[in-house]
Amino acid sequence: MTAKSSYKVLPGPEGYLPPAAATMSVMLPDPGEGLVEGEIVPQEQAINKIAEKLLSAKNPTFFPGPLVLWAWKDGVIEKAVAAKELADVVGAKIIPMPDYRPKYPMINPEIEINPNHPNLTIWHNKIDVCVFVGVHCHFANIALKIIRGGTSCYTIALCGEMGHEDAMITLRDVKADTIRKITEAVKEMKAGGVVSG
Amino acid sequence: MKGLFKISPGYEDVMPQEYLDLVNNGPYGKNYGVDDLGTFKELLEEHPLCAGCGLALSMRLVLASLPAPEDTIMVGSTGCSSLAFTQVAVHNIHSLFGNQNAVATGLKRALKIRFPDKVKDVVVMAGDGATVDIGLDMVMHSWFRREKITTIMLDNEAYANTGGQESGMSQQNAVLNMAPTGKKFPKIALPEVAKASGCAYVGVVSPAQPKRLGDMVRKAILIAREVGPTYLQLYSPCPTNYKFKSRETMQKIKERMESGMFEVMEYITPEAEAFLAEMKEGDKQ
Repeated sequence: MTAKSSYKVLPGPEGYLPPAAATMSVMLPDPGEGLVEGEIVPQEQAINKIAEKLLSAKNPTFFPGPLVLWAWKDGVIEKAVAAKELADVVGAKIIPMPDYRPKYPMINPEIEINPNHPNLTIWHNKIDVCVFVGVHCHFANIALKIIRGGTSCYTIALCGEMGHEDAMITLRDVKADTIRKITEAVKEMKAGGVVSG
Repeated sequence: MKGLFKISPGYEDVMPQEYLDLVNNGPYGKNYGVDDLGTFKELLEEHPLCAGCGLALSMRLVLASLPAPEDTIMVGSTGCSSLAFTQVAVHNIHSLFGNQNAVATGLKRALKIRFPDKVKDVVVMAGDGATVDIGLDMVMHSWFRREKITTIMLDNEAYANTGGQESGMSQQNAVLNMAPTGKKFPKIALPEVAKASGCAYVGVVSPAQPKRLGDMVRKAILIAREVGPTYLQLYSPCPTNYKFKSRETMQKIKERMESGMFEVMEYITPEAEAFLAEMKEGDKQ
């Protein structure tokens, strides 16, 4: 499938109510594909772009959600371990999203992120590239849109389902293996002389 | 039940302390009650409600009395309680103003299909405005249909976070910021309506009697699991709108009791009573 939209999903701040990328005709990728800034590309290309963005970031940060933070079913631990390994190889910080309670005004943006006001955590920690992994789709969607609306953070969503058009880069059907492929891409780039930002 | 919630390996160090406390010392699977307060990580410890808020006290006691918080889903509605609900460590749904019992009905039925072999408690906890005024239709029809849900009203006798309007539960002649000439009709007798509408258990209590409140919450939830709808009304005075000092909340309840304007009451159907007796017998064995 070819993306027909000319709308680019780029870092903001885009304003208080940025349009949902889907309403701008950005389509979700099919299996084996990824989405880079609103354009559908082969998954390999998207993986390389993720590796490049993570390595060029000043303060890359992973936001693991409840689907990987809690060992709630078989297979979760493998994915969680793979995500942790990727964060370690990149040298990224990990700030968890353990649940979706708004908790406002009690949120401590230094150590947690909340989908209802993710901008607080991004502003507080000066995060320039973030990775969502293990966040339920409906909360990832709202958080990604808020981040695009109010911050200049570059967003990457590693989705276990169909991907997120509101992220700047997204992969779909992400399993532990997919995350390990990103880790390999990062390692290869590092070996090729690319240095972390 | 030990190890009910497990953090994926490698993430223990980045989990905020609150979650570590909930995992290691929370009430999930422990069958704790009001007597155990102070010995475990509570489901609601911080909240944005006013100092001395009777409703906050009631919420704290209700949450400490849930027989199975890990398998409880609470449904709230618009009002003061919804401000604190966002920080409660139990699954909860905020419904539209007044819709709470309709939402709870759908939820209970869906859970029954999704988890046929598991007990899931659905507990509605909403203010007096949501329960007796705006949502009365949904509340009563859930009782008529004998939905197996627990309805808890946090009765602060006012619309407290919108400036202080009278509600159906305000006392006759009550004067509030937005009811300057006084309320013209008496407090609605919702417990009587609940009895007549098919509730298997109806109770009225306040946080001035925490142990009794805890016992009544457990009864209401256990009966709703097996027998039918239950209703609990918790008198929770509001210092902000009724203009008394925040330290006087308990005193206000006691004065109301002494004047005969507030009475603790319990009603239970023979079927519900037999169910509780059977349960107690089972516990003994």
